[in-house]
Amino acid sequence: MADQASLQKTPLHDLHVELGARMVPFAGYAMPVQYDGVMAEHNHTRAAAGLFDVSHMGQARVSGDEAAFEALVTADLAALGAGEQKYTLLLNDQGGIMDDLMIARPDDGDLFMVVNAACKGSDFAHMRARFGSRADLNELTDRALLALQGPQAGAVMADLCPGAAKLVFMQAGAFTLDGMDLLVSRSGYTGEDGFEISVLANEADALARRLLSDERVKPIGLGARDSLRLEAGLCLYGHDMDETITPVEASLTWAVAKSRRERADFPGAARILAQLEAGPEKKRVGILPGDRAPAREGTEIVVGGETAGVVTSGGFGPTVGAPVAMGYVRADLAKPGQPIELMVRGKARPAAIAKTPFTPHRFHRG
Amino acid sequence: MTTRYTKDHEWIRIDGDIAVVGITAYAAEQLGDVVFVELPEIGKTVAQGDELAVVESVKAASEVYAPASGEVIAVNEALEGAPAMVNEAPGGEGWFVKLKLSAPDELDAMMDEAAYKAHTS
Repeated sequence: MADQASLQKTPLHDLHVELGARMVPFAGYAMPVQYDGVMAEHNHTRAAAGLFDVSHMGQARVSGDEAAFEALVTADLAALGAGEQKYTLLLNDQGGIMDDLMIARPDDGDLFMVVNAACKGSDFAHMRARFGSRADLNELTDRALLALQGPQAGAVMADLCPGAAKLVFMQAGAFTLDGMDLLVSRSGYTGEDGFEISVLANEADALARRLLSDERVKPIGLGARDSLRLEAGLCLYGHDMDETITPVEASLTWAVAKSRRERADFPGAARILAQLEAGPEKKRVGILPGDRAPAREGTEIVVGGETAGVVTSGGFGPTVGAPVAMGYVRADLAKPGQPIELMVRGKARPAAIAKTPFTPHRFHRG
Repeated sequence: MTTRYTKDHEWIRIDGDIAVVGITAYAAEQLGDVVFVELPEIGKTVAQGDELAVVESVKAASEVYAPASGEVIAVNEALEGAPAMVNEAPGGEGWFVKLKLSAPDELDAMMDEAAYKAHTS
C-alpha cells in the first residue's frame, strides 16, 4: 500500500475530491480512478465528451540543436512543421522502447513534448545526458495537462476557444482563453476526436471547471482511460511495451519515419532494420477472448499445447460489449482469425487473434 | 432465515442446512461494474474460506470465498447473461451460489448485520 502522504497531487486534486472521485496511487501521484463508475464514464466519453486530468505526465520544451533530440527518437523532427505533432518512440541503443511520446511544434519555435508519468524522470535524464551542451531541455513543472475527448469535444472547444477547434488530428498550437495561455493539440488516448490542453498549473482548476460547466462534458478517471485506450488498440507503456521490446515487435513500425529508416540513423537501427527485413520473432496483436471471461495482463497464450505468448493488457471493452486484450505472440501466429487459447485460472479458453482497434478510430482529420 | 456476513464482504442467508451466498452491496460498490462471474460447478465441495467464485469488474478480477463449508447445489445461471445484476441487486437476484452446509455451526462466529455495518463504516 503506497503511503498516501508521500503521493504528489496534481493541480486538480481538490476538484477531484469535490467531484467525489475515488483516488488511487498511480506513478507517484494521487489520481482519480473513477467518479460515477468506469462503465458510465467510458460510455459517456464515446457518446459525448470526457475530461481527463493527465497532469501527472511530463511536459518539456526543447531548444537548441534539434538534431540532438532527433537522434534519440524515431520521428523526422526536421520535417515537423509549425503547428504539427508526431507520435514517436524514445529508443535505447539496442532499439528497445524507453517510452512513447508526443512531440509538437506548437508555434514557429521550440519543440514541445509530452511523456509518460512513470518514465519522465528517466526520460529527461537520458535526454539531458545525450544532449550535452547542444540542446536544452526545460521541464514545464508549472503546467498541468487536461484531455478533452469524445465526439462532442470539437463542439465544446468551438464554443470555448474557436481557434483551437480549427486544429485537425495531430496539429498543435498556442491559444489564449480568458487570458490563459494554452498549448493545445488535437490528439488523445481514447480513439475518439479530442484535445490535449496544457495550461499553467495555477489556472488549471478554473479551466477544468469551465469545461465541466458544459453539460456535454463529464470528468473521467483512469479506469475508463484504460478501457478506452485498450479498445482503441493503443499501447500502455510498461505493459504493452518496455525497454526489451523494439518498435517492430510492438507493431509500431509506422512510428519509425520512412526517412529515418532510409538514413538508418536512429538508436538500434541495425537491429530494427534487420527485424524489418527478416520479420521479428514475436509481435504485438489484438486478442478477442471467445467467452465472457476477461484475460488479464500476464495470461499465458497457448497454441497446440505450447506456450505461444502472453497477454500484456486485457479487460472488458464496454463499447465492444465483450472482453478484449492485446499481447505478444510468435510472429507466425500474428494474423487476424488465428485461433489461440488463453489460460485463465488454469482453464484453457478459446480466443482468436484480432485486428486492432477494436472500436473504429474517429479522429477529426478535417 | 438468518443472514451472516464475512470480513471479505460475502453474505450468507441460512434456511435450515441450505444457504444462499452472494457479495454485499458494499463489495459490489467497491468493485464497480461487474462484467463476468465465474461460478463453481454444481457438486463441488468447498471448505470455509476456499475460493468459491471469481467476480470480474472492468478493472480487475476478485475472488469470492466460501463463507461456510458445504456442497454447491445450485449456481445463479442468470449471472452469465446479466452479470450487472450483482451491482443492481447484490443481496437478492445477484446471488451467486446455494450451498448444502456440512458444518452449520460455523455460522455462529460470523457477523450479523449490525456487526457487519460496524465493520464497513
